[in-house]
Amino acid sequence: MAALPKSDELFSKINYKPPQSGWMDTPAVLREGMFCFAAKPKSVETLSLPYPREWNPRNDDWLLPENWKEIIYEGMKDRLGRFRTFKIFMDICVRCGACADKCHFFIGTGDPKNMPVLRAELIRSVYRNDFTTFGKMLGKLAGARPLTLDVLKEWWYYLFQCTECRRCSVFCPYGIDTAEITIIGRELLNLLGLNIDWIATPAANCYRTGNHMGIQPHAFKDMLDFFVDEIEEVTGVRVEPSFNKKGADILFITPSGDVFGDPGTYTAMGYLMLHHYLKVNYGLDITWSTYASEGGNFGFFTSNETMKRLNAKMYAEAKRLGVKWILGGECGHMWRVINQYMGTMNGPADFLEEPVNPITGTKFENAKSTKMVHIIEFTADLIKHGKLNLDPSRNDHLRVTFHDSCNVARGMGMFDEPRYVIKNVCNNFYEMPRNCIKEQTFCCGSGSGLNASEDMELRLAGGLPRANAVKYVHDKHDVNMLACICAIDRAALPPLMKYWVPEVDVTGTHEMVANALIMPGEKEKTVNLRGEELPGK
Amino acid sequence: MRLNDLLKQKKAAIVKQWFDMVVNTYPLDTSQFLKGQKDPFANPVGNTISQGIEPLFDELINKMDQNTITSFLEPILKIRAVQVMFSPSQAVAFIFSLKEVIRKNLKKETSDNEILNELLLFESKIDEMGLMAFDVFMKCREKIYAIKATDERNRTFKAFERAGLVAESQDAW
Repeated sequence: MAALPKSDELFSKINYKPPQSGWMDTPAVLREGMFCFAAKPKSVETLSLPYPREWNPRNDDWLLPENWKEIIYEGMKDRLGRFRTFKIFMDICVRCGACADKCHFFIGTGDPKNMPVLRAELIRSVYRNDFTTFGKMLGKLAGARPLTLDVLKEWWYYLFQCTECRRCSVFCPYGIDTAEITIIGRELLNLLGLNIDWIATPAANCYRTGNHMGIQPHAFKDMLDFFVDEIEEVTGVRVEPSFNKKGADILFITPSGDVFGDPGTYTAMGYLMLHHYLKVNYGLDITWSTYASEGGNFGFFTSNETMKRLNAKMYAEAKRLGVKWILGGECGHMWRVINQYMGTMNGPADFLEEPVNPITGTKFENAKSTKMVHIIEFTADLIKHGKLNLDPSRNDHLRVTFHDSCNVARGMGMFDEPRYVIKNVCNNFYEMPRNCIKEQTFCCGSGSGLNASEDMELRLAGGLPRANAVKYVHDKHDVNMLACICAIDRAALPPLMKYWVPEVDVTGTHEMVANALIMPGEKEKTVNLRGEELPGK
Repeated sequence: MRLNDLLKQKKAAIVKQWFDMVVNTYPLDTSQFLKGQKDPFANPVGNTISQGIEPLFDELINKMDQNTITSFLEPILKIRAVQVMFSPSQAVAFIFSLKEVIRKNLKKETSDNEILNELLLFESKIDEMGLMAFDVFMKCREKIYAIKATDERNRTFKAFERAGLVAESQDAW
């Protein structure tokens, strides 16, 4: 048996004082709970990305290619030439600190290297050293430092402690989008095969079978068939979804998280009920695809090229089926990719029609180039024109607040539509404080591929500012339900609530829509989609 | 109880210095932010600490009710339990730093033996609170482990189980 340490030996190691050195001289310590498992070689290979191998961030040796410094240098040079944003964001920051305390990871973890300015500085320091005259001449004085193995590890550790939520960019007087620095930083790491598995494997699955979990078409259909049975049990109405139907009006694509994980499954049932309602009442023909069965795009967290590849699948399927336009489910980063990058990446999608709601005649001008409409906007439009028969009292047991998903709020500017829908399907709605919602919304703490289990401490710390605001409305207004319009949120917020505010549950907005929707031919409903008794029944 | 009267008199200064000591367990850039930002939504950590330590101090002076103490310790330790930059001992050490603050504030008074004796007794109450803090901290860590172990499986497994796509239920999850 190994000798036990003596008490004085133990005491000598206890130090309650934080390091007093500057950030460059404080090496990063990789702490358990703050990072994810390394990407499996098979997934890296499937995505045709370089250097697939078994490696472990806990080991000293990350099994890097011998010329790794050269690869990063060339990769940076290439991207500084190709992406003007990257070049500008490397040059113009004056380190004013306006962004410093706006990051949920800094607020929650208390780690200064999570200040957006400092996280970006991790890369900028190397940029200055290798690409600027001042940096080359003055070195550390000009904020420059050479790329070393420790620096590379620091990049990896902190670039995967950013959810690319862009809250910091709202406060930057220069408009620097720190998320784009993280995006390029992760691209550089991918040049060395340094992805995390929670991103690489979903991206590979999506590329190979069409969705993050790698569920094959028949199982995807099985799951939706099960939802059909569940809906019939609750409403007495048998909905009839169509799959891969050529010539349908609209192709519907949602994150697979809604099909395969609770509580997103209830939101998926909500979509099915809405589609059925629109078919029976207005003849609208909406089809699902078992091939383009994923709205989420984890390529976005890997590289520009991987994002483009995954995004292209949805459009290839829309073309194959000959639909008029695409309706997208409640998702976060899918919309960032569509709204911010799709137009110039795989678009414009000229083979589709400019989206018009055939029931109301509303033209979705914002989707002119991408031909893809967010379902919350679509449903808000239907409600505004009185096309849905709703009974909000069916949600009277809920006291609801709304979490703005970063990508839909900050990435698309969509603030009012979800609130309009929620207020029409339930009677008790309470906003969180102003500096926690809309463009200032706090991230769930698990976006951009960080929604794993092994980094739970990171997720719970990063989600603290959001949970803190939810706790406030829970204490003040007895809020018991947190609504959202993003599948990552539906996966990430339940554990966050379980830890910080266990009295509050999580729902997709279309689950509430469906529960309030009076379906043609429905029986007297006594329970909602979760099998819970309806108020007064 | 002359010591209690002194502590009540100097409460504002002691609590403020204790707060500073707690936030100084964070790196410099962070502690400045924790002290400076007063908005509770922009600074939940600083706000939780400042909301929690005053009632904890009151309990030390008053009746040391375990439930009350736990209810004020929990929000602070819930946060420190996810901030893995702290080891478990560092996470709960802030309770003991109150001793240092009180000794500094009662330097003159402790030359009186009676006060000194009372202070020794009072410090054992701080020790007791420190042990309670360790229990609360462990409860938080256990909750994190439980969430880690069950969340992902619950989400997907339950949905698949309801759909009849997997065979047996494992209720223990």
